Amino acid sequence: MAPRGLGCWRWAARPRALLLPGAAFPFGFRQLFCTLELAPHICVVGSGPAGFYTAQHLLKHPQAQVDIYEKQLVPFGLVRFGVAPDHPEVKNVINTFTQTAYSPRCAFRGNVTVGRDVSMSELQEAYHAVVLSYGAEDHRTLGIPGEELPGVISARDFVGWYNGLPENRKLAPNLNCDTALILGQGNVALDVARILLTPTELLEGLLILQKTDITAEALNVLEQSQVQRVWIVGRRGPLQAAFTIKELREMINLPGSQPLLDPADFSGLEELIKVAPRPRKRLLELLVRTALKPPEAKGIDRRAETPRAWGLRFLRSPQKVLASPDGGRVAGIRLAVMKLEGSGENAQAVPTGAVEDVPCGLVLSSVGYKSRPIDPTVPFDPKLGIIPNSEGRVLGAPGLYCSGWVKRGPTGVIATTMNDSFLTGQALLQDLEEGVLPLGPKLGYAMIEPLLKNRGVQPVSFEDWEKLDEEEVAQGQVAGKPREKLVDPQQMLRIIRH
Amino acid sequence: MLSGLNPFAPGFPSPLGWALLSRRSLFSRPLSDRGGKAAVGHESSLRGLVSKTCTGGGRGEAGAVTRPFRDHPYPSPRVNVVFVDRSGKRIAARGRVGEDVLRLAQRHGVDLEGACEASLACSTCHVYVSEEHLAVLPPPEEREDDMLDMAPQLQENSRLGCQIILTKELEGAQFTLPKITRNFYVDGHVPKPH
Repeated sequence: MAPRGLGCWRWAARPRALLLPGAAFPFGFRQLFCTLELAPHICVVGSGPAGFYTAQHLLKHPQAQVDIYEKQLVPFGLVRFGVAPDHPEVKNVINTFTQTAYSPRCAFRGNVTVGRDVSMSELQEAYHAVVLSYGAEDHRTLGIPGEELPGVISARDFVGWYNGLPENRKLAPNLNCDTALILGQGNVALDVARILLTPTELLEGLLILQKTDITAEALNVLEQSQVQRVWIVGRRGPLQAAFTIKELREMINLPGSQPLLDPADFSGLEELIKVAPRPRKRLLELLVRTALKPPEAKGIDRRAETPRAWGLRFLRSPQKVLASPDGGRVAGIRLAVMKLEGSGENAQAVPTGAVEDVPCGLVLSSVGYKSRPIDPTVPFDPKLGIIPNSEGRVLGAPGLYCSGWVKRGPTGVIATTMNDSFLTGQALLQDLEEGVLPLGPKLGYAMIEPLLKNRGVQPVSFEDWEKLDEEEVAQGQVAGKPREKLVDPQQMLRIIRH
Repeated sequence: MLSGLNPFAPGFPSPLGWALLSRRSLFSRPLSDRGGKAAVGHESSLRGLVSKTCTGGGRGEAGAVTRPFRDHPYPSPRVNVVFVDRSGKRIAARGRVGEDVLRLAQRHGVDLEGACEASLACSTCHVYVSEEHLAVLPPPEEREDDMLDMAPQLQENSRLGCQIILTKELEGAQFTLPKITRNFYVDGHVPKPH
């Protein structure tokens, strides 16, 4: 069986190279050089946007051989498991990543957990350089009493669940309550709120969520959902909220739900809005406009049919999750009322002493993601949750690099990650060129492959992923969805072996 | 909404249209060089051009100087612009009227990414437009502004490359790719608490 991806690339690239006058010579020339010069073997840990964008940049080196390791069976990280199902345009970037994976000098090695199946020291022995792009796989905890009660879940797990992340497939959130409360005011919080409130019934002839790649299981649970009201709670004020305007606008325009914004939260902001930087200014203007809009302008007929609503609560910090009388579930949350000290982005929230109890049957904590240390030999800053680095070069560890969230913390959009990944790639290539990296003979994957085999690990290739992809798309077609994600690793392995 | 990008939108030449247009421009050059009278002052819209090309295409392909061709000696008007890449290198590019700047950049090997493929869901094709050409552009729609708000190193003259459609007025325009900053979180910077 010919490797399909490779075949495709050759088919696309070769005739073009031969047709161009003068191109045939450099082509042969380059091939000649390949055999003479030592190809640097580089490995990238993690196949999300950071991993793929770093690999893309590294492949600019004419000989570099890049292996991308991934602990999941499937590539693309948060593009697949983080980006909301109703944001399919964002996932177009998969096409770019697929082109990178089609490069004959790039290989995807899925189903390999670095630190368990293969150690960091083994990777460093096999490769000239190792780039850590494994992201932020953990979430910050609230650190308050009652956090362990059923009905308190991390937004991260909830996102993983509706996006088909295998480890979250059995989450089964109980949406049998009237009010959900989300702690945190970032884009993940708004994604979760939007998924909770997006109508699953036929709306103006449209099935909104049904036509996305949300998992069938999640759609089924959401269809039974009783949640009518979602509070999105932040410790600080509107000037410090972390969500961005696109996501806010989507909430405001969400069919069948109305915003609950307290005009008092926005009074006295006029002067600050005027001098705020453009993104913050546009965001606040939209918030103020929405908060001050008379109710009749918000579409009363729509509201009458569906009493769904969402609201932003500012200056509230969680103190304690309140249990139901039998102690078996969440019944509410106690919020400390805060005030701001200082101003602007760096203002600090301090308690006023007052508290407020909000009844709710579901608490989703969305207070940020966190990277984990991957190996004791790799420097890690537990306070910042990042690998200490300078322009992507891991401090005190020659040959080690990092990019993406593990490099700069779990914030920013795809453009931010792209930039910092290119920067890391640039630093690495520069080190190669300047001879900072010792270019002794290294075996690359040829050294790792037997180790994995001995340990019973079955790596998944990009070609294997394309088999899964095909199967998902075929299954989705039946339901009119772009794909039905496979969530069971055993089933996925069966399909690959088939 | 995305008529400028959608190859199926009216006014955007179909692949067939492009093929015909490029052939015609090949034949038209000698005539315009000779300074034929028809060459002066004709600025046909691409839409009109395509329909005419398509209707008269059969004969045009055969190489005969057909009527619509003589009427439009510049069948595929070109626009010369310059990209300044992230390392400061200037790259001259010759685009066609109606083409978007992201595509033009990629055709000329400029490292401008289009992660969301021009669907206004990212800001990876962020460019700075030379001041004198900024006013020539139609103002950004709300969705573009929303994406620009998330672009690293936003400036007054920031636009998304995928939303800039080449017109003759953009002749000489300069599109600068934002520098990749050294580090977003300079060592020691504490990420904002939530």
